[in-house]
Amino acid sequence: MGLLENKFKDSLITTTVDSLLNWGQEKAMYPLLLGTACCGIEMMAVGYSRFDFLERYGMLFRFSPRQSDVMMVAGTVTKKMAPVIKAVYDQMSDPKYVIAVGSCAISGNIYKSYSTLQGVDRIVPVDVYIPGCPPIPEAFGYGIIELQKIIAARRVIRKQAVTPEPGAQPRTNVHEILRPGHIKLPTAQDYAAHLDDDISNQEQDGLLESGSGRRRE
Amino acid sequence: MPIQESLQVVVKKLQDKFGDSILSVQEFRDEVTVRFKPQVWLEAHRFLKEDEDCAFNMLIDETAADYPLRQERFDVITHLLSLGKAHRLRVKTQTAEHIPSLYPVWKTANWLEREAYDLFGVIYDGHPDLRRILLTEDWEGFPLRKDYPIEGYDI
Amino acid sequence: MSQTPTNEHTETHRQSSERRMRLNMGPQHPSTHGVLQIVLDLEGEVVMRCDPVPGYLHRGTEKLAEERYYNQIIPLTDRLDYVSAFNNNVAFVMPVEKLLGIEIPERAMWIRVILMELQRIASHLIWYGTSLMDLGAVTAFLYAMRERELILDIFEMACGARLTYSYCRVGGLLSDVPPGFEEKVAEFVKAFPKAWKEYTDLVSKNPIFMDRTMGVGVVTPEDAIDMGLTGPSLRGSGVDWDIRKNEPYYGYDLLDFAIPLGTKGDCYDRYLCRMEEMLQSNRIVEQALKFLKPGPVKVDDPKIALPPKELSMSQAEAMQRHFYQVIHGFNVPVGETYGKIEGSKGELGFYIISDGSSHPYRMKIRAPSFVNLQSLPLMTEGRMVSDVITCIGTIDIVLGEVDR
Repeated sequence: MGLLENKFKDSLITTTVDSLLNWGQEKAMYPLLLGTACCGIEMMAVGYSRFDFLERYGMLFRFSPRQSDVMMVAGTVTKKMAPVIKAVYDQMSDPKYVIAVGSCAISGNIYKSYSTLQGVDRIVPVDVYIPGCPPIPEAFGYGIIELQKIIAARRVIRKQAVTPEPGAQPRTNVHEILRPGHIKLPTAQDYAAHLDDDISNQEQDGLLESGSGRRRE
Repeated sequence: MPIQESLQVVVKKLQDKFGDSILSVQEFRDEVTVRFKPQVWLEAHRFLKEDEDCAFNMLIDETAADYPLRQERFDVITHLLSLGKAHRLRVKTQTAEHIPSLYPVWKTANWLEREAYDLFGVIYDGHPDLRRILLTEDWEGFPLRKDYPIEGYDI
Repeated sequence: MSQTPTNEHTETHRQSSERRMRLNMGPQHPSTHGVLQIVLDLEGEVVMRCDPVPGYLHRGTEKLAEERYYNQIIPLTDRLDYVSAFNNNVAFVMPVEKLLGIEIPERAMWIRVILMELQRIASHLIWYGTSLMDLGAVTAFLYAMRERELILDIFEMACGARLTYSYCRVGGLLSDVPPGFEEKVAEFVKAFPKAWKEYTDLVSKNPIFMDRTMGVGVVTPEDAIDMGLTGPSLRGSGVDWDIRKNEPYYGYDLLDFAIPLGTKGDCYDRYLCRMEEMLQSNRIVEQALKFLKPGPVKVDDPKIALPPKELSMSQAEAMQRHFYQVIHGFNVPVGETYGKIEGSKGELGFYIISDGSSHPYRMKIRAPSFVNLQSLPLMTEGRMVSDVITCIGTIDIVLGEVDR
C-alpha cells in the first residue's frame, strides 16, 4: 500500500480504488441463469439444497441480463440459439464475465452436427471454462473461485498494457456463422474490386450467385 | 409368437377393403407393417381410425425415411395405437415428394408433419401450416436426407 | 377457443384487431423450462393466439445416431430428456434387443425396473420444483431438490454419474450394482412417503395454488386422444392408459400398483396425478427389490456383450473380442422395430430401421414432450398470460426431448 500503509490507527483502512471496486464485484456476483440444456439442471442443483454453492459466494441468480454481470452458459448452444445468446450478452452492462459450463458450451461435446455451435467462445468471450458433462457441483465452486481471482486481478484505474496472446484466433462474427448457405451480402470493397469487370462475367465470380444448394468450401 | 388376434382381424379387413392398394403386409418381431399405395394414404388412415374393429384412435408417430437410390425416395411411416383394443400398427407408403396430410384425421399430425417437412423435405398436401419447426426459417437443405453431410455446410 | 371468457370487455377487445399486441416469451425466459420460445398474440391480458416455437436446442441427435454404433448411441440418448436419462437409455436399448432377439438376464431387468422408477420420482420432483417455482413458490423447489439428491446418490453409487448415466448396454447393464445398493434403496423407499407428505401439505391445499390451477388448461378426453397426449397429461384428462399396465414389459405385470386418473383434465388434476404417481413408483421399487436375486447382468453372448475386464486383460481371445467390438460394434439383423416404455413424460418410443450393419439406418425418437407441447395452444388460447406459465408447468416438457 506504499507510504500510507500502517500510518493510521485501526479505525482507518487505506486501500486503492482498484481493490475496493474488485472486492465489491468479486463478493457479489449476479449470475444470469442461462441453462440451455442438461447443465442447467445441474446448475440448479448447485444453487439450491445440499450444495448451496451460490449464496456461499455471495451470488444470487438473476433472470434478466440487465441485472446480472456474470453469464453462465450452461448447455449446448445451437445455431438457432447463438444470436439470442449474443443479444443477451450485449444487453449486460460492463464489466461482464462469461463462464462456459460443460463440454457442450466449451467445445460442442459429442454434438458435432449441422445444428450445433462448436463452443460458445465463438460468439462471446469466455473467462472461465468448467469442464464436465455435466460438471460435478464441486467443479462449479472451483470455477466460481477462479472467476473471483480473475476479477481480483483486474485493474480499473491503472490500466495494464494489453498484449495479445500468441496464437490467439480472431473471433468469428456471429452473423457469418448463423445460416448454412446464407447469402453473403457484398460489401463496398467487393464492389470496388469489381468495378472494371465485364458484367457478363459477374455470375462466375460469385457476387450475384444465389445461396441455394451452394457448398461453402 | 403369433400376432394378436385383434390385429389379424385388422389385416383381414384391410385386405378386403383395399385389395390391390396394399403392396405388402409384413410381420416382424410381433409387429405388423402394412404398406399402401400413396393414392389411398388418407383414405386408409381414415378407415383405420373409424372402423370399429380397427379403432386406431391415436396417432403415435409420423415420420419419414430417406432411400436416395430409389426413384420415389421417401418412405412415410406412421405408428398407430388403439387405446380400446391395445394394439399397434405401422403403416408405410412411398413417395417422391408429395403426400396427403393426416391433419384432417388426427390433430397430432400437425407438428409431426412439420418436423418431417423440416428435416426431410416431404411436402404434406393439405397441411394448414407447413413451415419449419426445429430449424431456423431461412435454413437451406434438409438435414436428415442421406446426402446432407452430418456436420452441415457451415463452419 | 371453447374456453374464451364471455366478458364484455374482452368481446370488444377481440373485435378490434388493432389492439393486438405480439409478445415474445423466451427463448431466454426463466419460466419456459429451458429454451422454448412462445409467440403470444395478446388483446389486453387475453391470449388470442399462442404459437410455441421449439428448436432452440435441436442438436441433430437422429442424424448423429446414423453414424454411430449401437452402444455409442446410448450417451446421445442420455441427453434427450436429461432429467430422466435412465428411462431414455432403457427405451433405446429395448428395440435393439428386440431386433437382435435376445432376452436380458433377470437381475439386469429388475435393476432396470428399480432405477427406472427411481428416475421417474426424480423427474417428477424436478417437475414439482420448477413448475411451482414458476408459480412463485420457491420453497417447494428446495424441498424437491432435497429428496432428488438422495436418488442421485443411488445412481452415483450404481454407475458413477449424477445426471447422464449411460448405465444401460445392449444386452444388460454396464456392470453389477455395488454391495450396499439394495440397503440404500430400501432406506430411501422407507423415508420417501414421509417427505412426500411434506410436499402435499405444503402445496396441495394452498388456496392461491388452487385458484391458479383449478379450471385452467382444461383438456377433454377426446381432445387429449386427438392431440396424442400420453403419460400423466393424458391420465389427468381421465383416460385410463398406461403402458406399464396395458402393454406390460419387464415384469410390470407381476407388480401391484395403481394408475391415478384425473376427472376434469385441468392443471390441478395433472398436478395430482403426478404427485400420486411418485408414491406408486415408490411402491413399485419396494416390490421390485424383493425380486432382485444374484445373477449375471449381461447377456451371455460373446458377439454382443463385452468380455469381463479380468479376462480381456489376461486372455488373448477375450482381448481380441473386446478390441473388435470396440472398433466395429456388432451387427444387427435387417428389420425395423418400435420399442416403447412409459417414460416420466409419456410414451417414449424409439423406432429403429436396421440395414444389417452395425449402426442404425434411421432412428426416430418419439418424444412425448414434443407431442404434448402441441396441446399448449389448445389449453391457453382465450385465457390470461399467467395461465400460459401454469400450463407449461403442468404438461412437464423438457426441451432436450422436444428438440432432440
